[in-house]
Formats: sequence, structure tokens, C-alpha cells
Amino acid sequence: MSSRVDVQNSAEEKLQTADRISQDLDRVTIRFAGDSGDGMQLTGMRFTESAAQIGNDLATFPDYPAEIRAPAGSLPGVSGFQIQFSTNEVYTPGDEPDVLVAMNPAALKSNLGDLPHGGTIMVNEDAFTTNYLRLAGYDENPLDDGSLNEWRLIRVPITRLTLAAVEEVGLKKSLAERCKNFFTLGLVFFLYQRDTDQTKKWIDNKFGFNLDVARANKLALQAGYNIADTLEVFQTLYRIPKAELSPGLYRGINGNLAVSLGLVAAARKAGLDLFYGSYPITPASEILHELSGMLSDGIKTFQAEDEIAAIGATIGAAFGGALAVTGTSGPGIALKSEAMGLATMVELPLVIINVQRGGPSTGLPTKTEQADLLQVLYGRNGESPIPVLAATTPADCFNMTYEASRLALKYMTPVVLLTDGYLANGTEPWRIPNEDELPEINIKYANSEDYQDRKFAPYERDENLSRPWAIPGTPGLEHRVGGLEKDLLMGRVSYDPDNHQQMVETRAAKIAGMAKDFPPLEVNGPDNADLLILGWGGTTGAITSAGEQLRAKGYSVANCTLRYLNPLPNDLCEVLERYKQVLIPELNLGQLKLLIRAHCLIDPIGLNKVTGKPIKIQEVVDKAITVVERPESVDEQETDKGAQP
Amino acid sequence: MTATQAVQKPELTRKDFVSDAEVRWCPGCGDFSILAQVQKCMPKIGVPRENIVFISGIGCSSRFPYYIDTYGFHSIHGRAMTLASGLKASRPELSVWVITGDGDGLSIGGNHFLHTLRRNMDINIIMFNNRIYGLTKGQYSPTSEQGKRTKSSPMGSISYPINPVRAAIASEATWVGRSVDIDTKHLSSMIMAMASHSGASFLEVYQDCKIFNAGAFSHLTDKTVRDDRLLYLEPDQPMLFGKEKQYAIDIKTHRPMILDMERSRMDSKDLMKYDASDPTLAYMISNLDYPKFPVPVGVFVDIERASYSDLLEGITNEAKEKAEGPDDLRTLLSGNNTWSIE
Repeated sequence: MSSRVDVQNSAEEKLQTADRISQDLDRVTIRFAGDSGDGMQLTGMRFTESAAQIGNDLATFPDYPAEIRAPAGSLPGVSGFQIQFSTNEVYTPGDEPDVLVAMNPAALKSNLGDLPHGGTIMVNEDAFTTNYLRLAGYDENPLDDGSLNEWRLIRVPITRLTLAAVEEVGLKKSLAERCKNFFTLGLVFFLYQRDTDQTKKWIDNKFGFNLDVARANKLALQAGYNIADTLEVFQTLYRIPKAELSPGLYRGINGNLAVSLGLVAAARKAGLDLFYGSYPITPASEILHELSGMLSDGIKTFQAEDEIAAIGATIGAAFGGALAVTGTSGPGIALKSEAMGLATMVELPLVIINVQRGGPSTGLPTKTEQADLLQVLYGRNGESPIPVLAATTPADCFNMTYEASRLALKYMTPVVLLTDGYLANGTEPWRIPNEDELPEINIKYANSEDYQDRKFAPYERDENLSRPWAIPGTPGLEHRVGGLEKDLLMGRVSYDPDNHQQMVETRAAKIAGMAKDFPPLEVNGPDNADLLILGWGGTTGAITSAGEQLRAKGYSVANCTLRYLNPLPNDLCEVLERYKQVLIPELNLGQLKLLIRAHCLIDPIGLNKVTGKPIKIQEVVDKAITVVERPESVDEQETDKGAQP
Repeated sequence: MTATQAVQKPELTRKDFVSDAEVRWCPGCGDFSILAQVQKCMPKIGVPRENIVFISGIGCSSRFPYYIDTYGFHSIHGRAMTLASGLKASRPELSVWVITGDGDGLSIGGNHFLHTLRRNMDINIIMFNNRIYGLTKGQYSPTSEQGKRTKSSPMGSISYPINPVRAAIASEATWVGRSVDIDTKHLSSMIMAMASHSGASFLEVYQDCKIFNAGAFSHLTDKTVRDDRLLYLEPDQPMLFGKEKQYAIDIKTHRPMILDMERSRMDSKDLMKYDASDPTLAYMISNLDYPKFPVPVGVFVDIERASYSDLLEGITNEAKEKAEGPDDLRTLLSGNNTWSIE
């Protein structure tokens, strides 16, 4: 099934909008794909904004190459952006797209495999030139050879129509052609009956410095919208009514922005200055950018000369009394690990953000993975316990960053927060909290008045085994800290064997004791069942959806997510024992599985994926049904595919 | 006693800067002298004791913070300058000092040395240069002379050494000095000078390691030879040396040379005067080395340039002026693209 848009005849094909069929859908997944220079991330973000404004729930997944501009038209240069938007709650950007927008042959070739038969392909047929076909490895033009017959193909001469639409602005051709992403957005806006006004306002803001470019982009957007209106192939239009989200003020947020705002919120709530020391690294740099853009008396960033300097500066700022934070990805953690041990030894509050990416070594810088769990738990010399938290969704990065800061300050310890590339770049709507909704953060400073008649004891501990924070500038509390073992009260260098034993055990007990501060585990589904799907971090969305789907089909399945990985929650083993089997999907070769086996003496089943891609709902479902009994009620044919536009 | 006197804090002395920790350097180590001079200077730098912080890395010299009763941080190998930078960036009112060695500061910490200086981070760095790894029991260091026989270089080191002063000048340092552990008067004048400099200051101190590199500098610093073999740089003064100041360094055609004042019949007024505000001259002079020349000590570079703290304050004020809307948390969290759901 193929529809072709002809430039010349498009005007005659004009249909009355009233003649069209409007169909309501629960949810749709669109993937925009093109050259890394085609502006597909921007197109996706604008579509996301419009879906959010309408009130759809949504989740996005940008997927871009590590090269800034790989050769035009080549397979490695393809950049993609997937969005699922829905009238119901969504937990993931969708397993597979319903609609694929492909701006060139390479984008088609590298994404077609993900598009189920019957899905819609919208292509820029102007880009299917001999040269681009060759670069993508096509011998024949797939638009003409019938190889796309299993899909619904919409061919639009996007380049030519864009050039025609912006001709009146008089831009040079290369600039004019770059407007084709807005033209494409116009087409898609029409298909889903979205308003173009918001995007035009955005264009004015973004390109206000160059009025011609702003005008051309707006013309292209409107032309795309109008031309779609004239085309027969767009006979059915789709409406995705707004979701029921709790009332409040919302913004779109990705994981990196959520981390940044979580830090700002924690610093404000604690009454501290925020110091963020970092070294540029994908996919964490955006946190440095966001916070640098918020520079004020209370928010300072420091771009260090390397990863070690970044954490060193951060420890210095922590000694000085700031909410001190460093952010990086796995390779940066490797470099920071000696300093993380120092922070553990001197017991200063520190937040360490690890936006995980594919490893080992440089690995897959722009792809996602969860393979740094054991690294942050154990990748240091000596007994060096550090609490580890993990965020589960882009917006949850706010909550968990705030929580990491709260715990670091309360327990005087470095805390690691794990996010990943999938969370960092994925977007979802976020209800902006009021200040009074945020938990209190209390800090126990050591004050001069408390030590009028005795010497300050840097390692005198409170009921949480936490030591006092005496910051420079406080008269009378001058003291020394350092990486050498210290005597357990006064903090003098001590090589005493019994003292070392006691200090090692005390540091371990302090971290282990933090579990009393954690909320009880939340399990979705029955308290006792055949299977518990247990996850952590960015796989949570897929696991939650898989659990819901399986239960809807009558399977005896529950699901649960860990946000605290060190110490593990006190009720964890007790919860796990209530299920016959435990399945742990994770983007590594079984790191949480190893921990659970050691900690609870049970033998979970692993579902381990390390392709650099997020885990799919269907992959979790497929694995689950191989290990649980099939309920009698399940109809083999009945699958939950959502609606196809 | 008047009211004013009553609230005045008693003036501090060296004793107030002596901590209760037992000093564990080897007998005769040059570190003792440097510690004593720093402890003597601290009451005079005009900063309350609680606002002074000493930060060190790893090595013999890096035990220093334990022995001086201020805030202190004995960090990890090579990284003292990173901690100092973060502390100073977040607490500009503090007086931050880094104690490092030739291995700590130039080998494992070489990268931080370069960047701390070029940022003009307003901290004071004292590098104890003993040309050896002492705490690991005697391997050659980045400042060890070529051919030096040590446990790790039994055939003699084949590495060329680095000159800390030259490295500091090349790193765009705004204050660079050199002194000698046993010349206590000169050393304390250098410490006082660096304390008053705004921006990064770097002082190399020739320091004798009695155990693993004894006498490394005695051919220069022994009282009997010091006058002839050290050139004491004085700001805006001719570069004279010798017991009777009978010799001078002059530069003709980009080449320093030694003038015998008597034989050349030069008037010292006609000699080139040392100008610490000229890093190019400083670099040239820093190349003077024994035995061809006396080794210069004193202030090599002293230039005014906005420090990191000054610049950070500047852009922070600029950002505050540009900021729109109230500065409350909800505004910060909201950004400028929100929508409401009823």
C-alpha cells in the first residue's frame, strides 16, 4: 500500500477537512529519523512539547550517534527520536513505533526493522537519490521495488515542497533546505490535529536573532500542515485525547534537567550553596550546562581540567560547607574512585551522579546501559561503603537527586545516584512541586559554642553514626581531616590495629543503618504470586508496563523496582520470599542478580540485554511467560497492540 | 580596660599555630624549618586563624597540615590543588594554602599544577622540592637531575628534570618565587609576599632530604658558598651577587651574562634592573643554573591579573542583573515553558 504525493497535483487533490474521518486512539508511537544534521531531535522535541501542552502523557527516547556529524546519508549518521503519547499513563517511549518518519534511505534502512507490519512510513522521497541509496546500501529504490508493501507508505517530496514554501524569503538553498524538519513537523501536526501556534512562538524565540530563518521555518511548518490538508493520503486523522494527570503546573523534563533541578531544590531547602564540579562527558554534560545557566550567589559550577579535579574540587567545596556535587558517566567514575574513597574516609557529604552509558572503556558513549552498579558499589580500594540510589524515570531523577542530597547531608557521606543515558535524554511531563512538598533537610553543624570547654572531636558521632560538620570560618573548631586512618574520636592519625578495625566497622554500620530511613518497598500486583519481576533504574517503565499487561491477561505476576541499591531495603528479602520466582531484567550481564543472590540467598532468573538500547516491554513479557504458568483464560490471539494509525 | 580592648582578640603568635600532633619528620629534615617559618608568618598575614586552610596531597611534605593548628586537609596524591580550588571557588573569603612536593605537585599532580595556575585561582602553593621521592624511600622524582642513581634508577636516571619555577611561569602564574629551607629570613619574606598576592602564588622551596638525597642543594645553599652561587632577585634592582655584590647579571642580545663590576667598570645604575612584571624576562632568568651561573631565588613573577574569585564574582553579579522574575525556588524549577492541568 503506497500513497504518493505529487507536487504539481497536490492543489487539485484538496479535500474538505469535513470529509475526513477522525479516529480516537489511546496512544501512538512515532519515530522521527534522519541524518544527524536533519534536525530530527528538534522536530521530536517540538512534537513532544505540543503533546505535553495538549495534556497527553508521554515519554520520549532520543537515540543519536556518537559522532556530531557522521557523513551525510550514511547509516552511522542516523539520528532518531521516538515519542509515545497517550491518553493513559505511559511508562516508556513505546517498544516499537506505529509511525516512522524517515528523512533519507539510511534512516529508513536502519529503522525499518523496528516497525511492525502494517505500520506507517512517511518518507522524504527527494532524498532517495542514487547517491543516498548507495550510501544506505540499497541496490534498488525501496520506494519503488515493492519491498515496502507490508507497510503503509506515504511518499512526500519534502525537500522540494519545503524549498517552494520558503522561496519568498530568499534564503540560500542550503539554509532553505534545513527548514524541511519543520515542514515534516507540519505534516505530522496535521495528522494528529495539533496546533502550530505554540511551535511558531518557539521558533520566534529560538531564531529571533535571524528574522529570515525564523520566517522561513514558520512558513515551512505551515506549508507542511496545509499541504497535508490537501492530500488524500491523510484521509483519516487521529485524535489522542488528553490523559488524566493530577492537577498542577507542569513542564517537560528530561533526566539530566531533573537532576539539575533536584540539586537546586535540595540546596535551597538545606540553606546551602550548591557547588557542581564536573568535566564534560556524554551523556552527563547537560547537567553542567543546565546549572551553569543558573549561576547565582547560591549556584556555582566549576568545569575542571579532568574527572579527578572535578571530584577533588567538589570535596574541597564540601569541606567548605557547600552542597557539593559532581556528575559524570562510567569512565569518569573510574577516574574518581580514589577520591570517592577519600570522601568516605573523611566523611563529608557529597553527591556523585553517574549517568551510565555503554561500557567498558569508552564503549557506547551515546547509548544506554546499567553496567556500573558493581563499579559504584565495589570499585574502590579497601572497605569503602558508599550508598547507591537509582532513579527510575526522567522525572524521578528529580526525586532521587533530592533524596541523594538529603541522605548525604544527614549521614555525612558521599552518595552515588545512578541514572542512565535513556533517563538522561528521555522526556516526560513533570508536575512542578511546591517547596513545602519537599522533605526537610536538616544539617547538624558543629558550633563554637558547643566546644567552649572541650576540644572539638571531629569523629564524635550522633545516633545515626554521623559525624559533625565543622566548616572553616568557625572559630575554635580548627581541625584536620585526611585520607589516613583516624582515631575514632579526635581524628588524629592512628595506626592502632584495634582502632582501624573499629573505624572500618563503624563506617560500614553507618551506611548499613541508612536503610531504616528508606520507605517500604512498593510492589505492584499481588502480595504472593508465581513471579516477581524485580528491576532497578531505567528499566522500571518497561517492567511496570509488562507487569500490568501480564496481570491483565491473568498471569500471576507482580513487579517491583529498587531505588535504593546500597544499602538494600530492610524488607527486600522478606518481599522476595513471597514469590515462587524472581525475574530480574537489567541492561547488564546480571549485576543486581548477583547482589540479590548474595544478599537474600535466592536464585533469581536474569533477563540481560546489552545492545545499547533500552529494554522493551515485550521482551520482559516474553521472558516472563516462559517461566510462569499460562493462565487458562489467556487467548493466544489477543494481544495488546494499541491502535495503528 | 576599655570596651574596645575587651572585645579585641589577643594577638596570635606562632604557638597558636602549633597543633597537638607530634611532628614525625626525620631529624634534620628541611621541612621543620619551612613549618616554623609558616607558623611564624600566619599571625601576621591579617587573616583570622579560623579562615586559614592548609591542604596537602601525599608525601613527606604533605603531612604538614597535621602540624599547623588551622583547618586542614591531607588529601590524596597529587590532588591538593583540586580541593583547594573547589574550596576557594565556593568560599572566596578563606585564605587557602597548598603544601606539595616535587613528586606530588609535578608528577602525579602535574595537570592540576598547570590548570590551577592558569586559572589564577587565589591560593598559595608552597612546593617542597627535595628532588627525590622520600616517603616511598628514594626513587628519582621529576626534578631529580639526569643521571641520578636511585633505587629505581641504578644506572642513573635517563629522564630530563623539570624546573618548577619555569613550569609555573609557562603555566601563566601571576606570582612565582623560590627560596631555600635554611635561609629562614628570606623564606619568611617570600611567605609574607605570596600571602598578600591576589591570584595564584607559587613558591618553590629547596628542601633538604637528609635520608634519601642529603645535601642536594648544599653546593648552592651552604653559608660559605651561598653569596656566590645564589642570585637574590630584588624588585626593580640590578641583579647583583657575590659577597661584595661584585658581580651582576646583565642581558645583552637575549643572552644573560655575568659582569665583573670592577673589571667592567660598570655603574650599577646602568645595569639592567629585574622586572617581575615581565614573565619573558622571568623565564630567561629562571634558566640560570649552576655552575655557569648563580641560581636565582626570590620573586620571579609578580603581576596583577584578576583572580578566579574576582572573575567569578563578576559573572555572578552579571547573571543576577540579567535574571528575570523572582528568585524563589518555584520560579527556578518552572523554567519558562509550563502548562497547567486543572
